Amino acid sequence: MKMPVPDAGVLARRAEIAAELQRILPPDAMGRRVIVETTELAPYESDGLTAYRQPPMIVVLPETAAEVGCVLRFCRDAGVKVVPRGAGTSLSGGALPLADGVLVAMGRFNRILDIDLHNRCVVAQPGVTNLAITESVRGRGFYYAPDPSSQIACTIGGNVAENSGGVHCLKYGLTTNNVLGVEMVLMSGEIVRLGGKHLDAGGLDLLGVVTGSEGLLGVITEVTVRILTKQATAQALLIGFPTLESAGSCVAAIIGAGIIPGGMEMMDKPATQAAEDFVHAGYPADAAALLIVELDGPAPEVTALVERVGRLATEVGATSIRASRDEAERLRFWAGRKAAFPAVGRISPDYYCMDGTIPRHRLPLVLGRIAEMSGRYGLRVANVFHAGDGNLHPLILYDANAAGELDKAEAFGSEILKLCVEVGGVLTGEHGVGVEKRDLMGVMFNDEDLNQQQRLKCAFDPDGLLNPGKVYPILHRCAELGRVHVHRGQTRFPDLPRF
Amino acid sequence: MSTPLDPATVDDLRDVIRWAVAGNGDFEIAAGGTKRDFGRPVTAAYQLDLGKISGIGLYEPTELVLSAKAATPLSVIEEALMDEGQRLEFEPPDWSALLGTSPERATLGGVIACNLAGPRRIKAGAARDHVLGFEAVSGRGEVFKAGGRVVKNVTGFDLSKLMAGSFGTLAVMADITVKVMPMPETTATLTIVGLDGPTAVQAMTAALGSPNDVSAAAHLPADVARHSVVAAADGDAVTALRLEGLAVSVQARQAELERSLAGFGELGRLGPEESDSLWREVRDATPFAVVPDEQIWRLSVAPRSGAEVATAIGAEIGGRYFLDWGGGLVWLAIAPRPDAAHNEIRRAVDAAGGHATLIRASTEIRAQVPVFHPESAALAQLSARVKDAFDPRRVLNRGRMRPDL
Ligand SMILES: Cc1cc2nc3c(=O)[nH]c(=O)nc-3n(C[C@H](O)[C@H](O)[C@H](O)COP(=O)(O)OP(=O)(O)OC[C@H]3O[C@@H](n4cnc5c(N)ncnc54)[C@H](O)[C@@H]3O)c2cc1C
Repeated sequence: MKMPVPDAGVLARRAEIAAELQRILPPDAMGRRVIVETTELAPYESDGLTAYRQPPMIVVLPETAAEVGCVLRFCRDAGVKVVPRGAGTSLSGGALPLADGVLVAMGRFNRILDIDLHNRCVVAQPGVTNLAITESVRGRGFYYAPDPSSQIACTIGGNVAENSGGVHCLKYGLTTNNVLGVEMVLMSGEIVRLGGKHLDAGGLDLLGVVTGSEGLLGVITEVTVRILTKQATAQALLIGFPTLESAGSCVAAIIGAGIIPGGMEMMDKPATQAAEDFVHAGYPADAAALLIVELDGPAPEVTALVERVGRLATEVGATSIRASRDEAERLRFWAGRKAAFPAVGRISPDYYCMDGTIPRHRLPLVLGRIAEMSGRYGLRVANVFHAGDGNLHPLILYDANAAGELDKAEAFGSEILKLCVEVGGVLTGEHGVGVEKRDLMGVMFNDEDLNQQQRLKCAFDPDGLLNPGKVYPILHRCAELGRVHVHRGQTRFPDLPRF
Repeated sequence: MSTPLDPATVDDLRDVIRWAVAGNGDFEIAAGGTKRDFGRPVTAAYQLDLGKISGIGLYEPTELVLSAKAATPLSVIEEALMDEGQRLEFEPPDWSALLGTSPERATLGGVIACNLAGPRRIKAGAARDHVLGFEAVSGRGEVFKAGGRVVKNVTGFDLSKLMAGSFGTLAVMADITVKVMPMPETTATLTIVGLDGPTAVQAMTAALGSPNDVSAAAHLPADVARHSVVAAADGDAVTALRLEGLAVSVQARQAELERSLAGFGELGRLGPEESDSLWREVRDATPFAVVPDEQIWRLSVAPRSGAEVATAIGAEIGGRYFLDWGGGLVWLAIAPRPDAAHNEIRRAVDAAGGHATLIRASTEIRAQVPVFHPESAALAQLSARVKDAFDPRRVLNRGRMRPDL
């Protein structure tokens, strides 16, 4: 994986650049806000995709949008690259620093600005954690719906940048469906507001493209999210199946019956066993596939749906069905799923988490092919799956200290993602492209598709200084992308009558 | 046979746009043409008729996904969905009566391009939230696609969102993939009679802040309710709350809501059919379709301020209003004025935060008055650069959103 060649001119001016940034961000009571010491840069050298490491040239810690504006304008004028960073939990290397770049760490944007229950929204600075938003309104019967498993650590700014998901997306949507507005700073230093407490943007839906833009379009300095009222009750079903096919049929049957569960997660046998050994959630040891189906709503609805889903599961051959009897048991059912990644971490020195999405009905085929690849690469794999929306998380088990295993794991991972695209799915469902899947973008998109996306980036960042080397495999200059190709000699439509 | 200006395939579409890019003129884009009078008037050399780019390509009910060519009539899509007990969850409105056009002709592409959603917007999201992917030809004459056919997808920029609500000013969509959802088993509506605007907003806020999963909340003041099927016997104002889902669930939630809202006033219930009629009226702004001369505005504000904004505007310039989206959407009808009262209306909206769109006015007025809410200088310039990125020669719907776009 290649990153853009560091700019020697910029590296040579490092001290000068740091001095100017120090003028913009003088130290305060909490300490220095421009970090240049090698030892202090080290904690920033990677995000959740730890296979890639690169200390940044400089880290800055602004705390107002105006300061971010000054930093970005200075970097733009000085031709310095910028990488925004939230909590650094990205699994695709989106927050991986650049050797000649300034890392803008958003940790000081850590305040909730407005809890507005009447308008059912919360306004927060981007460094607030996902869970803190829910915590801030929990006592009032509300919550923030998208719940990535990293929610104690990841920031709402990072969630917006990655359009993060969680186990409740099927019914309640991804980040993009739950963000009402942002304040954002462009590379020019200009501050723009998109959306607010009202619904829909007035003009072009720039909020829609900024969400999920992986820090390539601007630095988000404020986020307004909608909050939902907590459902009266929730009950989970733990269903074991003899085959992956029967579990897949059960998912199709549930949705075919018009039921949209609050969550519907699947695990294969290796994932189930690892989770069970780790948290003792009471998962059936013999099942080839385990399905957790959560139903939420008023009590009579939940009771009726639990019964219906149980019936559908029996019809397709479920070998065990258990409904949670109380809140503690419901949480126990989930505990195994939520701990699936660390559980797999216990049975292997390292694991590599993939994130493709497929049309649900291709699941048996895809899992079959993954098993075949696993044999071929000689690496074990455990599958965790957001079954409701077709988002697969195969975890490839490897040992980074064994020569060649990381390369093998990466090759295995690419093959899985290519397969996802081949069956009508996509490279990434929620973790983002980052640097990890950058070079696979051509599997899903042709040059015209990718060029058009990059032209949009040019509208926000004409010098290509914001998070370059992420998402797009080939960086074109904006001037080159902007050129219009005129197809002359187009004589097919002579003299059409004008209005 | 298709003539150059009514392409039947994406290749035809690309060729004709390339021809325009070569300096041969520009286009107004139309599919069914039902919303030609929504937005600023476009004075293009040619009209590009997409009517032949039509037909459902893929519909997989258990995958909750449907792909169709852009000019597929909505009626065709809704019928196919109905056969499988599914629907477009964003409740696409039919503004044909409001805008004086033919209802059967509304297309999927049109409703997506204008990002129109009905009362369920508050629960299910806007049209843009349901677009999973598309194929289009840009104003550069290049075919490109984005998104996919699955709900969970963060591969590349989410251009589907940008296409929705771009009014055909960036690219011409040829094929669109949308998410579909199962129809609920039953629908019921709870009404409260006789509330004034601010109290109605309080009641709607209480309902939407409860765990009763209200899927629509509207308030029709007396002078609007009078034109509605739910016309209260004594011509009073009606506040309505919709519940959808399993019958057992709807009953439970209805009882719970009735308990919690009893203090607000006289409660009533509408059965499934009456309920459907009422929400169709709210969705399509039917009460405002009956007086053809009035100018009509649609204001999106923080829900809690809907009644205040409407009342403040009413006090200054008169007119009638009703509220949807729990107060967050203000429909306003005013006696015609040469400036459509845009300054007064936008001042009130700016004070509360939000945006105002002029939905119906004469062509001349829509050419002069900003139809869409003016943006800050930085944002307006950014939008213009986005237009440049897709349609640098301004061959697609030039002027539809703003004179320079
Ligand atoms: C154990 C674990 C479990 C996870 N589970 C899930 C899951 O269930 N679902 C899911 O979707 N993801 C999951 N993730 C991935 C990750 O947590 C999310 O992508 C998260 O949103 C990243 O947030 P962050 O604050 O850590 O952002 P970072 O990792 O710091 O940054 C992510 C990207 O956002 C950009 N960025 C960050 N802040 C800003 C800002 N203010 N303005 C502009 N750009 C910004 C960065 O440049 C980068 O491209 C998981 C990660 C881990 C480690």
